[in-house]
Amino acid sequence: MNAARIRQKIAFLVLAIATLLIVIPILLTIFYIVKNGISAVTWTFITQSPRNGMKEGGIFPAIVGTIVLVIGTMLFSLPVGVLSAIYLVEYAKDNFFTRLVKLSVVNLSGIPSIIYGLFGFTLFVLLMKLGTSILAGSLTLAIMSLPVIITATKEALESVPFSFREISFSLGATKWQTIRYCVLPYAIPGILTGTVLSLSRAAGETAPILFTVAAFYLPRLPRSVFDQVMALPYHLYTISTQVPNMPMELSFATGFVLIALVFIMNLVSIILRAHYRKKKLW
Amino acid sequence: MVKQETIIKTVGLNCCYGSLCVLKDVNLEIYKNEILGIIGPANSGKTTFLRALNKLNYLNSSYSQKGDIYFSNESIKNIGENILRRKIGIIFALPQVLPVSIFDNVAYGPKVHGVTGKNTISQVVENALKKAYLWDEVKDRLNEPAVRLSGGQQQRLCIARTLAVEPDVILYDEPCSGLDPISTAKVEDAMQQLKESYTQILVTNNTKQAARVTERCVFLLMGEVIEVGETDALFTEPQDKRTDDYITGRFG
Amino acid sequence: MFRRINEKIIESCIKLSGLLVIIFVFLIFLFLLKDSISLFGQYPIGQFLFGRNWLPISEPPKFGIVPLLLGSIYVTIGAIVICVPFGVAAAMFIAEVAPGYLKHVLKSLIEILASIPSVVLGFIGIVWLGPFLRNTFGLKTGMCGLTGSLLLAFMALPTIISICEDALVGVPRTYKEAAFGLGATHWQTLWRIILPAASSGIIAAVMLGIGRVIGETMVVMMVTGNAPVIPKSILEPLRTLTATIAGEMGETVGGSEHYFALFAVGVVLFIITFMINLVADVCMRRAKK
Repeated sequence: MNAARIRQKIAFLVLAIATLLIVIPILLTIFYIVKNGISAVTWTFITQSPRNGMKEGGIFPAIVGTIVLVIGTMLFSLPVGVLSAIYLVEYAKDNFFTRLVKLSVVNLSGIPSIIYGLFGFTLFVLLMKLGTSILAGSLTLAIMSLPVIITATKEALESVPFSFREISFSLGATKWQTIRYCVLPYAIPGILTGTVLSLSRAAGETAPILFTVAAFYLPRLPRSVFDQVMALPYHLYTISTQVPNMPMELSFATGFVLIALVFIMNLVSIILRAHYRKKKLW
Repeated sequence: MVKQETIIKTVGLNCCYGSLCVLKDVNLEIYKNEILGIIGPANSGKTTFLRALNKLNYLNSSYSQKGDIYFSNESIKNIGENILRRKIGIIFALPQVLPVSIFDNVAYGPKVHGVTGKNTISQVVENALKKAYLWDEVKDRLNEPAVRLSGGQQQRLCIARTLAVEPDVILYDEPCSGLDPISTAKVEDAMQQLKESYTQILVTNNTKQAARVTERCVFLLMGEVIEVGETDALFTEPQDKRTDDYITGRFG
Repeated sequence: MFRRINEKIIESCIKLSGLLVIIFVFLIFLFLLKDSISLFGQYPIGQFLFGRNWLPISEPPKFGIVPLLLGSIYVTIGAIVICVPFGVAAAMFIAEVAPGYLKHVLKSLIEILASIPSVVLGFIGIVWLGPFLRNTFGLKTGMCGLTGSLLLAFMALPTIISICEDALVGVPRTYKEAAFGLGATHWQTLWRIILPAASSGIIAAVMLGIGRVIGETMVVMMVTGNAPVIPKSILEPLRTLTATIAGEMGETVGGSEHYFALFAVGVVLFIITFMINLVADVCMRRAKK
């Protein structure tokens, strides 16, 4: 008995150390970027365009570019994602088509991001002749974001009690009325949380935008959806690998701004979740 | 005695979930403005019968049905679900309110049926709540969440919600199974008051409740109709031994 | 009447969206396949699959995928060997050992890790991890397979930990109670009862982790040295499938042999990840039962 207790102590200690060895690098990573980047994050850096082959000036066009891409992504992926989740939860019968949709969602979530880049390039840039543009990049990121939005929406819809639907049907409401008034309102928190989370991922992605929208050096703001833009992740990639003699603090500062943007979006999703959980009435 | 007008009639009704058939060859006539009780032990198909009348069973994808049901002499196959369910409302076993205000719970039905105008809707809500004997208790707090009401109040709110879409028939699926005796009495009072203008069908496990409230009673056992009759007669001189056994509490 | 029509339109949109999801997957595969088949008109498929040289701009060009495939495999094995023990251990700690508040903190930290963009980790690989490994182990260069493996292991941790944890928590309480009832310690229960019972979920987690690692692009492109040669060890520069597509696509001419060859690489990558995800999905479903 005693030996077993000692073995348990040792085993738990090993588990704790393994966990610690994961936690420390996470904290170090954040600390490292923040420490080296924060001094260069000035008002000028955030609000000005890059100059002198990106070695001076700020990253304003890249910040705007990333925000524009995130909004574009949302405009495409939110409606399609939510509607397909509604199909799966509320309409789908157990047939071949439904199984195919489910399999496709699983599949989409496993496809590497660079494949999305290739696909976006052939379909949107070349075939649909959109060129390397905000439109092509947003569409590519949108397809990549679909599985997360669909899965989150599905879970949100499934968590709405069946009785709500029953009440609505029993009063003579149609299927869509029931979904619109008695299901969707209660699923919105989950949908929002999932959407913001998937968008924060889209904001940090580089591979899908490499050939579909990202501009190497474009120190002005986009004028239409057919323009290229700079984007934060791609900018960080280029200045850290393609630009010789790049001042280090600018790279760190760019990394800092990118992480900050992604964290803010995550924070929004956490706050949304907490806010709605408090208000939950059933 | 005045000739009774039939409002609902089932002909050879068989209801199955997958391969399990819970109702066998049910032929019943339900008269206008009566309170019909459906009694029987658990799993005898009472709830399935009730929900067959307004096609709610079809929410379960394994459900299938044979035979026919006529509502006002028209087969319900030819009546759209949303029209049928508006005409035949249902009160569920446990009070099921939507997590919105008292007012919005009642206003939901009229709204989905296209009633517009703030005043019109308020009037409909007020009338429905009055008929369900809830108005006096809630008139000052219509905007409070409905879940704050007590169980009995919630169940009467459900009745009001059903009344608000102006049904002809109200189905009750063991409406008092989760309620204390006082709340039960209030729900039963409401049912008595509604007798003048609505046909009501009450499924209950509680034979005493059936005896108190209903005018006619159906005894269902294992999916078959064993006996139908005036409530008084059925309870005092049952024709079938199984009915007798059930109401005297020998099984079920 | 207007409402009826409205309802029909909405329902059509809903069904269309479901259809769209299928179409996307189908199109992705179709486009990859279409362009890679164009390659095999000009370049023998055998030399593509078994060629040991990837020399796209030599005369004549050689498109042998073996070095790239091996690059991906080396990096992936390295990453999985590192992250699976740590990931499973951390999942066990979070699911069974850590007290409530710590559980919360740890889970949030893992979520933070999941949200760090890969390009940021690649950047850290360039400025810190690569030089650090070079100096510590006396390597010729820090831009090698090991740097990539370490960073990928780090990136795959959130996937592995969260799915493992779900699997461990999903083991019925009765198993645990029964073991306790027989006088087993908490550790014995965890090791001998809960871990085996959660094995399907853990395998699914590992598979999804592999899928994540093999498909990751930016980190490997930034830190593994990008040398398309057959690597002798993980301590040498190498090049993965993903990095090849990302790095060379921008320099090719549309419709050229090289362009089609990159799509063929894409097909190989697609098929590998497809299989991995299929296995993961099967395990996941078994775990749910």
